[in-house]
Amino acid sequence: MLNFSRWAIAGILLPLIIGIFCAVPSFLPDSTVAKLPPFMQTRVNLGLDLAGGSHLLLEASTQDVAKQRLANMEEQVRTELRRGETKIAIGDISSRDGKLSFMVRNPSEVDAAVERIRPLTQGAGLTGQRDFNVEVVNSSTIVITPTQAGIDNAVKSAMQVATEVIRKRIDEMGTREPTIQQQGANRIVVQVPGLQDPKALKALLGQTAKLEFKLVDMSANPSEVAQGRAPVGSEVLPYPTNPAGPPMIAVHRQVMVSGEELTDAQQTYDQQTNEPNVTIRFNGSGGNKFAKVTSQNVNRPFAIILDGKVLSAPNINEPILGGSATISGSFTVEGANQLAIALRSGKLPVNFVVVEERTVGPGLGADSIHAGLTASIVAVVAVAAFMFVSYGRFGMYANIAVAINVLVILGVMGILGATLTLPGIAGFVLTIGTAVDANVLIYERIREERRRGRNVVQSIEHGYKEASRTIFEANVTHAIAGGIMLALGSGPVKGFAIVLLIGIATSVFTAVTFTRVLVSGWVRRTRPTDIHI
Amino acid sequence: MKLLKLVPDNTNIGFVKLRHWAFGLTLLLTVLAVGATFHKGLNLGVDFVGGLMIEAKFPQAVQTDKVRDTIAGLRVGESSLQQFGDPKTVQIRLPLPEQGGAGAANAVVEKTRKAMEAQFPGVTFSRYDTVSGKVSGELIQNGVLAVVLAIVGIAIFSWFRYEWQFGVSTFVAIVHDVLMTLGFFAITQLEFDLNIIAAVLTIVGYSINDKMVIDDRIRENMRKYRKMDMKSLIDLSVNETLPRTVMTSMTILLALGALLLLGGHVLRGFTAAMMLGIIVGTYSSVYVSSSLLITLGLSPQTAEKKEKKSGIAAQAERMGPRDGAQP
Repeated sequence: MLNFSRWAIAGILLPLIIGIFCAVPSFLPDSTVAKLPPFMQTRVNLGLDLAGGSHLLLEASTQDVAKQRLANMEEQVRTELRRGETKIAIGDISSRDGKLSFMVRNPSEVDAAVERIRPLTQGAGLTGQRDFNVEVVNSSTIVITPTQAGIDNAVKSAMQVATEVIRKRIDEMGTREPTIQQQGANRIVVQVPGLQDPKALKALLGQTAKLEFKLVDMSANPSEVAQGRAPVGSEVLPYPTNPAGPPMIAVHRQVMVSGEELTDAQQTYDQQTNEPNVTIRFNGSGGNKFAKVTSQNVNRPFAIILDGKVLSAPNINEPILGGSATISGSFTVEGANQLAIALRSGKLPVNFVVVEERTVGPGLGADSIHAGLTASIVAVVAVAAFMFVSYGRFGMYANIAVAINVLVILGVMGILGATLTLPGIAGFVLTIGTAVDANVLIYERIREERRRGRNVVQSIEHGYKEASRTIFEANVTHAIAGGIMLALGSGPVKGFAIVLLIGIATSVFTAVTFTRVLVSGWVRRTRPTDIHI
Repeated sequence: MKLLKLVPDNTNIGFVKLRHWAFGLTLLLTVLAVGATFHKGLNLGVDFVGGLMIEAKFPQAVQTDKVRDTIAGLRVGESSLQQFGDPKTVQIRLPLPEQGGAGAANAVVEKTRKAMEAQFPGVTFSRYDTVSGKVSGELIQNGVLAVVLAIVGIAIFSWFRYEWQFGVSTFVAIVHDVLMTLGFFAITQLEFDLNIIAAVLTIVGYSINDKMVIDDRIRENMRKYRKMDMKSLIDLSVNETLPRTVMTSMTILLALGALLLLGGHVLRGFTAAMMLGIIVGTYSSVYVSSSLLITLGLSPQTAEKKEKKSGIAAQAERMGPRDGAQP
């Protein structure tokens, strides 16, 4: 048991050396690490509680997605039945209780209507379900009900798009190394280290940035508009900065051009008033549509609508053929810039609210690192002294093992790209305490075996063998607790569990295998007849 | 050099004899802890009840009453203030605004910040958390689930690995440790947040570790000394492992002590919980879980039956107890 071949020793030392090597970049300044080749940039990331920064948990409203889908369906049904040679007249459209229902005016056309609506639905999920069910009720009413599988599918794809849009927006802000991850079915975690004030970030993520251009309905009666009523084919939208009086305006339902057809948006300044505004550039088809509509509607106003609110309603003085337009609306420079970013990165398919926010200032983070480091050093020194006083030479071996263990944990965390949090530092300190437990178990066992009358070599062999089994079992149970923390814990608990789990794995190796190499080397060199333990 | 031995050689304390006293005391303390938890309640942090937590750092020492008055003038709900050691740092807790969702919480933070900056120039918010009621509900659910799963998972592990008596005694002892920790938080009214869940899970892990070592020794001795009666066998096992138990608890307490004194206020509750847990866990390993094996009717026969199945009985050594084997 105490004889190790050269190869075995090399096999034990190599992973430790690699581990220590990988820990080194964590201690170097940023600029030095940047010059290293990529495989050597194994650094421990500091969590937000240490580096300072913001953590936001955003939740999408699934009801929103469902509502939006139903509205789209209504739009599709209208166009589909109006299309072609045989138009089917419908009425009484309602979308109450999450269902879309309408009456077919001529009962003999019900079957034809169903025939034409069916292709609008799509397969959802693996069970052969459709995303909408189409039924005929009372022989003339068609009811379209969204299925759960259809809603789930829609939420899933909306979340994928949303995650991408949010990533683009945050990248545009120029922040450093943000983390954006979907969590569960309808949440997104955003973590931005080093961000002092998340106000701008939240404002940016808070807007959907759905941009539409629609013609203003000039035929609408102003007093009816003020009451929220619009002529057929038009709708009333809020217009908070309406210079003409009431904060409402009637616009045609039909969209001239939408934000999906733009290629660029920049914050600019108005040449006359020097007010900040946003200049957008359309793609080919968007530019053509805009040119066509503006040519046909010279001297009429159009509305620029953002997230359901009218920003401004300028007059079309001449056809706009250049494929670009300017959005003004009493912006601040910051607001105009945010809108430009939001428009460039596309609209969010769903609204988000912040359900959890944690912000740590860089000062507190630095204090925490400092306190954690001091505590760790004092803990190491105190434990090391205690071990030396209790076990002499063997205690020193254990101390070397602990020191290496600390570095190897850092190295492994660097390789895995794991994040060190404040509770993670506590995990470190605890690992220092428990790592020596393995050595305590072994050494106490050796003491016992000596008392029983075994000779030095036998006692050491027996001590390591018997204690190893106990150590293994004790660590398995400990790892169960750690694994559960990792699986169920959030934020700080996870950070703690990562260090704990890595520590359990590495400490068994350093405290048992590595110290055995040290002890066996010493025993073979000096062949002691008695040991002081 | 004379080496330090915290537990003298050949210590032989009759732990099993003391078990009725120990059980009585344990039961009393546990009832007190549970009573305190229900009576006083836990000081749950924003992680678990939702709300706003702001930690403000002032350039000079500040009186909490003045801060309280400033915030009371804002009409943002009832605030609760706390100071930890440092007179320049104040932690402010506020309820989440009932309406307006996340934007409203933000507005409260901004409102508070403005008022505080006007009243105490140079003040900074070193951190702030806002947690909505929905998220806090999930966090508490996950936290409780994690602790329950850990205890049950580990009890099942030791049941399969050894006999059912070991599983039950470990389970009882660990539930005791967790209840004592809760009682500690109820009595001290230290804030109970997400970090404390991590601390509780660590206590569970450590306590199990401790019991495993003793259980393992009991099993080993059951194989070695087949004729020895259970009471002396358990006493022997606990005494044999006592030096290790004390030594390990001491090293961990040393390490945690450093963290408690020097690790900063953010980790203070966490460390305090852990230190208490180590002490309670060690106590329950020595006095509760091993003696409970006798009450549960563990006998050499039950062990042998299981061993025959696994076929390791052949490895049994026969040696006298260690007192007879002095060199």
